[in-house]
Amino acid sequence: MKLRANLVIGGALFATVVVAGALAPFLAHTDPVMDANLMNAEVAPGSEFWFGTDAQGRDIYSRVLYGARISLTVGIVSQLINTVIGVCLGLSAAYWGGWWDDFVNGLTNLMLAIPSLIFALAIMAILTPGLTSLLIALGLTNWSYTCRLSRASALSLKSQGYVQAAKVLGYGDIRIMLTQILPNILGPIIVIGTLGMGGAVLAEASLSFLGLGIRPPFPSWGSMLSDARDQITTAPWISIFPGLAIFMTVLGLNLLGDGLRDVLDPQSRARTA
Amino acid sequence: MSGEALLKVDNLRLDLVVGSRRFGAVKDVSFSIGRGETFGLVGESGCGKSITALALIGLLRAPLAFGGGRILFKGREIQNLPGSEMRKLRGNAISMIFQEPMTALNPLSPVGRQIAEMFVLHKGATWHEAERKAVEALANVRVPAPDRRVKDYPHQLSGGMRQRVMIAIALACRPDLLLADEPTTALDVTVQAEILELIRDLSAAQGTAVLMISHDLGLIANMCARVGVMYAGRLVEERAAQEVFRAPSHPYTGGLVASLPLLGARASHGRSRLKEISGVVPAVTAFPEGCRFNPRCQARTEICIAEDPEETALPRGGRVRCHHHA
Repeated sequence: MKLRANLVIGGALFATVVVAGALAPFLAHTDPVMDANLMNAEVAPGSEFWFGTDAQGRDIYSRVLYGARISLTVGIVSQLINTVIGVCLGLSAAYWGGWWDDFVNGLTNLMLAIPSLIFALAIMAILTPGLTSLLIALGLTNWSYTCRLSRASALSLKSQGYVQAAKVLGYGDIRIMLTQILPNILGPIIVIGTLGMGGAVLAEASLSFLGLGIRPPFPSWGSMLSDARDQITTAPWISIFPGLAIFMTVLGLNLLGDGLRDVLDPQSRARTA
Repeated sequence: MSGEALLKVDNLRLDLVVGSRRFGAVKDVSFSIGRGETFGLVGESGCGKSITALALIGLLRAPLAFGGGRILFKGREIQNLPGSEMRKLRGNAISMIFQEPMTALNPLSPVGRQIAEMFVLHKGATWHEAERKAVEALANVRVPAPDRRVKDYPHQLSGGMRQRVMIAIALACRPDLLLADEPTTALDVTVQAEILELIRDLSAAQGTAVLMISHDLGLIANMCARVGVMYAGRLVEERAAQEVFRAPSHPYTGGLVASLPLLGARASHGRSRLKEISGVVPAVTAFPEGCRFNPRCQARTEICIAEDPEETALPRGGRVRCHHHA
């Protein structure tokens, strides 16, 4: 199979962010939280501070590296929660049908009707700001597309011979869902999960920017942007580098998702085979 | 039939439910299958063969519903068994193979694993043990190099091989009864013969009774000791397979036998044109009054339209449902 450009570029961008986050303690020059030094406030990028420093004199390069940890944790974990919820609901709704299907459909429509960021804002307003609350808020508000997708895919597989055969051979409902249907709908779910991860990174940045996510002084790209608002004309680098990091991560995840879709979609696979 | 019947179907009625109306898609069907016996069910498409089989394993789905009668398996009534009990029977004591070997296997799972799953599911085997048994099961269905084939995915196998895998799965737990719903219809004629031979040999070796469902009278006559002929949801004739061929009693059976093509020498001084039964099987919602075959029957008289014939025992064994049976 020919490797696609979007898969390679997306994978490379995402891998860069992962490596940066994982190796942050070794790559960073200073401690991202403690090493505030007002003597070095708002130093422009240069040989000593690669990305410059912020208003408190902290090294932006180090903070962006550590910020990758938070963004990736939020993106991956919240999207995992979303995927598990969406798949469980969608798959069981398609398989069992009846009132459960109606209920899940209603719930999904409700979730789609409320903008997920507003919903997450409401949850964050109730919970104490912090990483766990952020994971919960973002993990509970973005499962509707995954749910729709898994329901639709499972519906079309439900009448397939091997699903019927499994029933005839005495498989239980849960076993049929997990061994017969789920593996066959995993491709599109992975794709939408990857795309959703980009969305979650953005949502984390938005929430932190609004002061409802990760609280300063901990380095999250969103809160860094928020802090940098006042200096955007005098010291633009304070906002440019976290912004670039968000841009790179989301672009990487979207390209990766698109690339995976091309690879995992049986129809496009058939075209290139 | 020897001794106590393994499966006894008593006045089975299956309804097609349309709104508040119920139509008897299958009506008053009774037959029994002895241990290790091969019983054939033959008839045109839409006569109720397949739904009868589905009813036996409790998998009728809307708009079809159980309408009445009894299904006795090993002397135990199973038509009202709760789902969990029925699930223990399925695949374990009663198994089934299908017409479509292309779609009846999970495309993302190696065939060995699909066979092994049966041992894990019904016999409580460990995966390790089950995968070893899967190789044996593949060898039993005469798949060459079974130790390598277990790792193959369904798309890597031919139609005949896939049907062999299906048979291996269905017979893995040594069921008492195998339901074979048109098992060879989708296969080449040469492969058909091999598959039928395989089913015959394995069921004989394991003492498995077979309910063979087909529209092919020749195939049924080859495989089965006794045959039931279904038409429009009724069992119209039930006799020894040989008898059905030699001297069909019901006009419909007669029509089926006459419609078989003759080949070679027999053809040259036999009839010249292939016989057919005119008309088609009526829809379930439009079954005629009286005998359900009457609109297509050449021996039809007044009584056929007025009265539904009762089952009559035939002097040489078997039953027929016709006012004018031969």
